[in-house]
Amino acid sequence: MKDFHLKTLALFLSVIAIALCYYKTERLGVPLTPQSSAQVWTAEATVRFDGQDRSAKINLAVPKAPPGFSVLDENFISAGYGLATNDVGANRVVQWAARNLSGQQTLYYRVVLTEDSDAHRDRTEPTPSYPDIPEYSDPERAAVFTLLDSVRARSADTASFAHELLRRFNDPTPEAEVKVLRDESADATAQVKQIQHILAGARIPSRIAHVLPLAGSLRHGSLTPWLEVYNGERWLAFNPRTGAAGFPADALVWYAGDMPLVDIEGADNASVQFSALRTSRDVMGLAQQRARLINSDVLEYSLLSLPIATQNTYKILLTVPLGALVVVLLRNFIGLRTFGTFMPVLIALAFRETELLWGCILFTVLVALGLIIRFYLERLKLLLVPRLASMLTIVILLMAGVSIISHKLGMEHGLSIALFPMVILAMTIERMSIVWDENGPKDALLSGFGSLAVAAVGFVVMTHPLAEYLAFVFPELLLLVLAFTLLAGRYTGYRVSELWRFRASARAITNKQ
Amino acid sequence: MSSIGRGWRSRLRLLRRNPPLRMPSTLRELGILGMNERNGDYISIYNKRKYYPLVDDKLKTKQLALEAGIATPQLYGVIEIEHQVRDLDTILGDHQDFVIKPAQGSGGSGIMVIGGRRGNQFLRSSGVSVSRSELEHFISNVLSGMYSLGGLPDKAIIEYRVKPHAVFDAVSFQGVPDIRTIVFRGIPIASMVRLPTRQSDGKANLHQGAIGAGIDLATGRTVDGVWFNSVLDSHPDSGNAVRGIQVPDWQLLLELAARSYDLTQLGYLGVDVVLDAEHGPLVLEYNARPGLNIQLANQMGLRHRLEKVRAIEKIPSSAAARVALGQELFGEGG
Repeated sequence: MKDFHLKTLALFLSVIAIALCYYKTERLGVPLTPQSSAQVWTAEATVRFDGQDRSAKINLAVPKAPPGFSVLDENFISAGYGLATNDVGANRVVQWAARNLSGQQTLYYRVVLTEDSDAHRDRTEPTPSYPDIPEYSDPERAAVFTLLDSVRARSADTASFAHELLRRFNDPTPEAEVKVLRDESADATAQVKQIQHILAGARIPSRIAHVLPLAGSLRHGSLTPWLEVYNGERWLAFNPRTGAAGFPADALVWYAGDMPLVDIEGADNASVQFSALRTSRDVMGLAQQRARLINSDVLEYSLLSLPIATQNTYKILLTVPLGALVVVLLRNFIGLRTFGTFMPVLIALAFRETELLWGCILFTVLVALGLIIRFYLERLKLLLVPRLASMLTIVILLMAGVSIISHKLGMEHGLSIALFPMVILAMTIERMSIVWDENGPKDALLSGFGSLAVAAVGFVVMTHPLAEYLAFVFPELLLLVLAFTLLAGRYTGYRVSELWRFRASARAITNKQ
Repeated sequence: MSSIGRGWRSRLRLLRRNPPLRMPSTLRELGILGMNERNGDYISIYNKRKYYPLVDDKLKTKQLALEAGIATPQLYGVIEIEHQVRDLDTILGDHQDFVIKPAQGSGGSGIMVIGGRRGNQFLRSSGVSVSRSELEHFISNVLSGMYSLGGLPDKAIIEYRVKPHAVFDAVSFQGVPDIRTIVFRGIPIASMVRLPTRQSDGKANLHQGAIGAGIDLATGRTVDGVWFNSVLDSHPDSGNAVRGIQVPDWQLLLELAARSYDLTQLGYLGVDVVLDAEHGPLVLEYNARPGLNIQLANQMGLRHRLEKVRAIEKIPSSAAARVALGQELFGEGG
């Protein structure tokens, strides 16, 4: 195979680039598109109680693998307490213990969460046994069985059964049997308990899930009861008020079952308050945190570990290879002519500050003015280095002049001209004037506008938000760019401009044949 | 109305016969060599970088050629540092005409041809008179690297001004026609003469309007000329026929070109020769990156010829044998 070595090298580089990129996206959750931030919730439970001058144990149910979230961090703030967490069935309980507590005591549990669409795991634990049919009182029994019979007739499985039951139970104009069963004055938990009581009549296992709504910023909040029924495979959640399936969006399932939220031995007046705060956090920060949780060093040794100022520099530097790629494409594949190989890339970098249209205008103005002055200098017969130094001085003065004039005219864009690479500009003007003298204005203008065109395309590519993001967060993708440029180095086909350039040769040869 | 319609139709027909763009496959079939292919498959493979300085520095080329007995324009002197500009008189001596050029000039730039002098006034070949101080300024520009590859400090060569052989007088306007031969692996594969016109300002540069006329390798006779992308029979200034001019000393010229390969070790080489009225063929310069215009001038593509030579396993060691091989393979005869 032609260029076997080169192609192998390019393949090798590409494989490394793609493998690293894959690892980062799949394992560490680094997004492939720029998302500046993700929602992060901090939920906090505050337990208050009065000490009774003796040893006390405080058991607090805390979230265990809450669906829809991944836990980033957990804190148990409790100076002087012994601490243990235990799994109890589907729940997790933290136990604080201390001796000789007196006065009001406060304990905090804090959890930091982020939304994680992958975390919609099924809730299967624990596998319940089928409840016995409760001993209903007489009027109750008739109502329950009438209701259950009519619900059963209109449902196909456990899920639709539960849904239909909840719908009827909450009907604003209830049927007679529901009226008997419904106690309007009962609180939400009691309502759910009543529904469980009815469901037991159909021997359907159910439990109360206690969820914390996270919407907005919550203070002095409390848990909302939710209904879960077991369909033989997993627990299905229902809104006990409407019968809608699933947990509410932005709600954290704190625990499930009949156990108390807080259980205190040796103390009084326990109360639990919840608060939640939503903040935005940098996606990359989250990925780093996740990487730390799974002990991956990939992000630890990435550009993200550098100081912010250095990071910002690299954000720009890492797009330069893309600019170089544009130069390769436009010169070797299209056939544009430019002054200096990478001069257009530097101009494109300057365009970052001026923006495209103004950049092109300022560049053209500057080069045109510079050329006029350069033609005048030609008459003075200066030696090369002093002439270049004079041109540099003149270019800087021109830049200052353009800035001042455009500022006075109220065109603030003109100020950004200060960021043009003046040395490159001076050299460009010098070379352009030589080409102008020797090969005529046509060649000079062609190369001049060629440079501008390459700079413009380079700018568009280099400042594309996706390109900037990918180059910075996945610098390994630059190996792909490298692989491509290596391959381009052995491209020996025609350039697009040659299809035009050789038309005369082609015609002449065809005619001759 | 109808005349406009006809005009469009005929223009359309013309466009179809001569489309502005050609398909890559067409160009490949015709054997046209592209820039990328020249660079990637020939120059980068057959021209070793360490030999470049020999051709990029005309002074080195001259010395090397001198040792090998290849004729070049006589060297009058070299100015290496600013200070030596004072020695100009000593270098020039009695020579009334001479050429000043940078040792490492690129693309024929920075060459000043002086056709005569009167005291401190020098007459350029174009007829413009330059003062001595202007001449000195030009030399310091050359020394500062203004015309040179990479802009590095350079040397100024002062040498014999070629008196063009009369053979091309009828078809050239001022200037000196030069004969470019592409030598691949030591075998001459194509040749053309570049004839200055009024448009090209006496320069032998096709791009600027010089005529390129292919030369049949077998006979040394010119074929049709090409001017600005179109084939022409007669010179645009004089009206004389470009076709069928016999280049004198043709065998000698080809042999010079073939021997240049031994000298430079460059496998893909452009050899520029001028015909001097007194001294015959003189090698003017070598080019390690010869252009692609020769294809237009010869109305043939280089690809097929290059591939033929590339396939040859054993290249003859003698220059004469290589010339014979080139003539046999690529000459058209007749």
